[in-house]
Parts: sequence; C-alpha cells; structure tokens
Amino acid sequence: MSELNTAVQEPKAHPRRKQKEKKPNSLWSDAWYDLRRNKVFLVGTAIAILLILMAIMPGVFAPQNPLACNLVDARQGISSEHWFGIDNQGCDTFSRVIHGARISILVGLLTSVVTGLVGGVLGLIAGFYGRWVDVILSRLAEIFFAIPSILGALLLLSAVGRDAAGVWTVVLALAILAWPMVLRIMRAAVITAKSQDYVTAARALGASPFRISVRHILPNAVAPVIVVCTMNLGVFIAGEAALSFLGVGIQSPNISWGLMIADARNRFLMAPEPLIFPAIFLSITVLSFVMIGDAVRDALDPKLR
Amino acid sequence: MAAAADRILEVRDLVKHFPLTSGVVLKRQIGAIKAVDGVSFDLNRGETLGIVGESGCGKSTLAKLLMALERPTSGSVKVNGREIANARGGELKRMRRNIQMVMQDPYTSLNPRMTVGDIVGEPYDIHTEVAPKGDRRKKVQELLEVVGLNPDHINRYPHQFSGGQRQRIGIARGLALQPEVIVCDEPVSALDVSIQAQVINLLERLQREFSLAYIFIAHDLSVVRHISDRVGVMYLGKFVELGKDAEIYDRPAHPYTQALLSAVPVPDPEGREQRERIILQGDPPSPANPPSGCRFRTRCWKAQEICAEQEPLLQIRPGTAHASACHFAETHDVVHVN
Repeated sequence: MSELNTAVQEPKAHPRRKQKEKKPNSLWSDAWYDLRRNKVFLVGTAIAILLILMAIMPGVFAPQNPLACNLVDARQGISSEHWFGIDNQGCDTFSRVIHGARISILVGLLTSVVTGLVGGVLGLIAGFYGRWVDVILSRLAEIFFAIPSILGALLLLSAVGRDAAGVWTVVLALAILAWPMVLRIMRAAVITAKSQDYVTAARALGASPFRISVRHILPNAVAPVIVVCTMNLGVFIAGEAALSFLGVGIQSPNISWGLMIADARNRFLMAPEPLIFPAIFLSITVLSFVMIGDAVRDALDPKLR
Repeated sequence: MAAAADRILEVRDLVKHFPLTSGVVLKRQIGAIKAVDGVSFDLNRGETLGIVGESGCGKSTLAKLLMALERPTSGSVKVNGREIANARGGELKRMRRNIQMVMQDPYTSLNPRMTVGDIVGEPYDIHTEVAPKGDRRKKVQELLEVVGLNPDHINRYPHQFSGGQRQRIGIARGLALQPEVIVCDEPVSALDVSIQAQVINLLERLQREFSLAYIFIAHDLSVVRHISDRVGVMYLGKFVELGKDAEIYDRPAHPYTQALLSAVPVPDPEGREQRERIILQGDPPSPANPPSGCRFRTRCWKAQEICAEQEPLLQIRPGTAHASACHFAETHDVVHVN
C-alpha cells in the first residue's frame, strides 16, 4: 500500500510557529500568535488596559474627588498636589481626566458592539439571502450612509434635547449613523464566502440555511467586521468627545473629555492645562484603539498569510 | 443491459437553461444558456461512468443537477427509482444520503475554520440518525484511516495538509453517509500527476470495498479511461457518444470523439508516429445559440445538408456497437495503438 505511506505525512506548520504546542493551530490561534508578537499591538493593548482600569476604578488612580471643587483655587498651574493644575471651576484636572475615561470608553465600546451586532446581523442576512432582502437592506443602509455623521448625530441629539442626553443617547446617535458601514463590509464578506466550494459541499450534504450561515459563512466572514469594530472604537470615542464639546453629548455634572475641553477653551491662554491634558488623553485613547485595530487587521488578513 | 434492480441512477432528458436577462428594473428574458440540453443515461451499482468534454460543455452543471444543487428546467433524475430533481425538505435531505460528491479544488472545498474532524463529521451532525453522538469521533477516525490519513490528525486544520491529503479529506466527507453514488467533479485536475495516481487508486479501492458507483467527470481522457467502465462524451450540453470505455477509445464513431482522442498525448514515440492528428477549426459555438440540427456540424469535416436540418439522435448506428449522435457515424481507430 504505497499510497498509505505517502499519505501519512506530517502536516505543514505555520511558517513562524514551532510544532511544540499540543493544541491544534486554527487560523484564529495563528492570528493570535502573530498578534502576541506584534509590538504595535502590545503597546496599544497596554495603553488600552490602563485606560480600561482607569474607567473601572478611577478612585485608585485619582484619590481626589473630581466634584470636590473650590472656586478659590481656580486656574492654578501644575503643582505637586494638583498634577494637571486646577480648572476654571476650581476642580482638580488630574482627577477629572481620570474619571473622564469611563464615559469615553463606555461610549466607544457600546457603540462598537451595537454597530457590530446590528450591522453584522443585517449584513449576514442581506448577503446570505440576496435578492429583494438585500435590495431593501442595502438601500436602507445607503440612506443612513448619506448623512454626514457628526452633523447627523448633532441633529439627532439636539432633537432629543439636553435633558435626555446621556451615554445611551450618544451611543444610539453614533450607532444609527455608523451601522451601514459594518453592514456593507459584512455583506461583501458574506457574498465572497457564500460562493466558496465548501458552502456548496455543505449544501450537497443537506445542511440547513441556518447551519450554513452560522457554521460556514459567519466564521469566514467575521474577520473584517472585527477589524472595523476595533478601529471604530477610537473613532466613536473621538465622536463622543466632539458631540460633548458641541454641547449636545454628555452633560455636566458627568465628566467627559470633550466637555472639559469645551469648558476650558475660552481661557486657554490663561490656563492651558485644563484643555491640554484631556486633549492628550483623548488622543492617546483614540491612538491606542487604532493601533490595536491595525494590528488585528494585519493578523487576520488572510492575503498577507 | 443490467436488470432494473441494479440501476441506481436514472437520468432522462435532463435540461438546464440559465436565463439571459436584460434591463435593470424590469428584467426580461432575451435568451437562455443551454448548459445541459437533453441528457439521458443510466448508472448501475458499482459502475463508473466517465463523462468527458471540453470546458463549458455542461459537465459541471450536469454534476450540480445530479446533486440537486440546481433545479433542472425539465427532465428527471431518479436515485433508486425515486425522483430527486423535484424533491424538497426532509425527503431531499434523506435522498442526499445516497448521492454525495467530491469536488474539484481541494483548497476551496474544505472550510478553513473547521478542523478535519468537524469537516468529516459534519454529515453526522446534519443526518443525526446515521450515527449516535458518542460514536461519531470513532467513525470519523475510521474514515480518515480508510482514505489513508493519520486518524490522530483529527484535530488539525485543512491548511496544515497538502493538496492530495486535502482531497482525501474531501473523499472521507463524501463517504461518511455511506452513499451508493459519488459524483466526482474533476477530482484530480487540481493535483500533481503523481498525486493524481494516488487519489485515483484510492477511489478504485473504495469502489471495491464499498461497491460505490461513480460519475467521474474529467477532461483528462487517459484518467477517465483508466477508471471508467463506460464513457459519455459531451459537446455543448449533449452526449454525442456513450458506450463501454474500450468501445469509445478504440472504436470511436463520432467525429468529435475522434478529434478529442487524436489530441491525447501518446507516451510511445512509435505510436506517436502512427496516430492521426485531427485538428478542429474554430471554437465551440455559444451555448446560448447552438447551431441547428447537429451541434457539432460547424466544426465537422463530414458535415452535409442533413446535419443542419435534422438533429442526430443518440442511438446505436449501423456498423457501430454503441450509441452515437452522428448521421455519418463510422468507427475509426484514431490512435492505432493497443
């Protein structure tokens, strides 16, 4: 049986991976392996973890109460007691910046998850069923796609009014305008996966449409959506800051970096610290999530493999 | 002819036309691609029917019709006497257990996100009545062993295997439900020649062990001759000749078959000198607008007026022992080698 001898060969390994591990290396674990060795990803993740810790327990990082303000101390510069100075209302900027992380990260994460789920599910349906389902969903997405995002969110939030404005309204305003992008990406990936031979093979076995879409199409189409959602995280954080800056997003006494920048902008020359520090944190946060998204794309893109 | 009880697959006047439409909003049909246009044949238990023909002659569409992956425009496909072409839902699902397929490209026919165990075991997940849950892993390992793979590799992923190994995984998946018919749509054309031989030998061994019947679609005439009991030659969606492999290869009656055979490379220098080389002029006509009468007449050196007026039927003609669709059929050994 010469055919048996030739058939039982050692399978090919991932080029940069030793065959030490017992665990089988799926495309996902190969991607994770690449990711763990990517410096951009490690730096981005380190910053993001720090920011998330800040968001979960700001008290550990900033012992001072961000709402315990004393107008007498307003607009003091950097000191050993107040690392980032004191803002116009006499509040400690450092502790406000730390506490501001919570809303930024929360809005970013929630919006990303909502757009990912809505856009992902609708994209899967549109791509899988095609025909009129696809026509209706795609045209609907295009209508939302045509609205300029910040302007649209501004309009929505001002229609809702300041009293109702909060984390969820900001999330919904951003998500309503961002889900079509996820839908388009998911739809394109699903259409590509749908025409693959393994889907035909599953149909020949008698697999149900649900099984085909969940077991065969979704795992092969979800990677670009994960990448876009990670990258969007930073975009949504910046969007929240912009909306809060414009006065329609998060409202005082909640703390948001956008709100802090807005409050400090008129006295920038007198006291630059209350504007500069939240701006720096905002930039670093956006940057860290964009870095993660970039690294995830490099790891998941099968064309680079 | 074998008795009807031995007949596992019965195909009658199978037609598949793909509509050609124009217009953006109001689509109207302006024609049809006649991919398969009236194909009939039988397949007996344990037999291999080879189907050859050039690209675009409808071989793969025929395979899809047999697998009920496409609905035919008309005609019937009967598996074990039961119609599969119009079956739906649970009935179709049950019938699929009897007819499975091996696909052409082993690189795209396996889901890259699933382990080999999941791929080969998926038939059992879909047809839960075939194997109880506890037995499935063992069954999958047995299947891997049957096709010559290491059963310990059950947890590996397709990208860790070579092309030939992947094709074996595809064959194991096709075998899982213990079908009686396997449709092989160019199962070796994507593989190296040395690997082709291994896979062909494997298919032959499996045929003996499980008394499988194959529909073996290929464009490599020597591979088809090696594995087939009978051979059908397709041209523009129709069979032009159908018969025992020796009949077709040594005594071809249809001019198209003769031209095809004359193009087969002969590994023997002496034979190469002897054989005739028939070079066809032009390309196959468009399947959207096939020629009247005989479809091959536009490229045939024997064509006369009757060929344009009257369509030659696939039948046994005087002086030949097997069915051919040519008004001027006569046996003619092109290759002149035993």
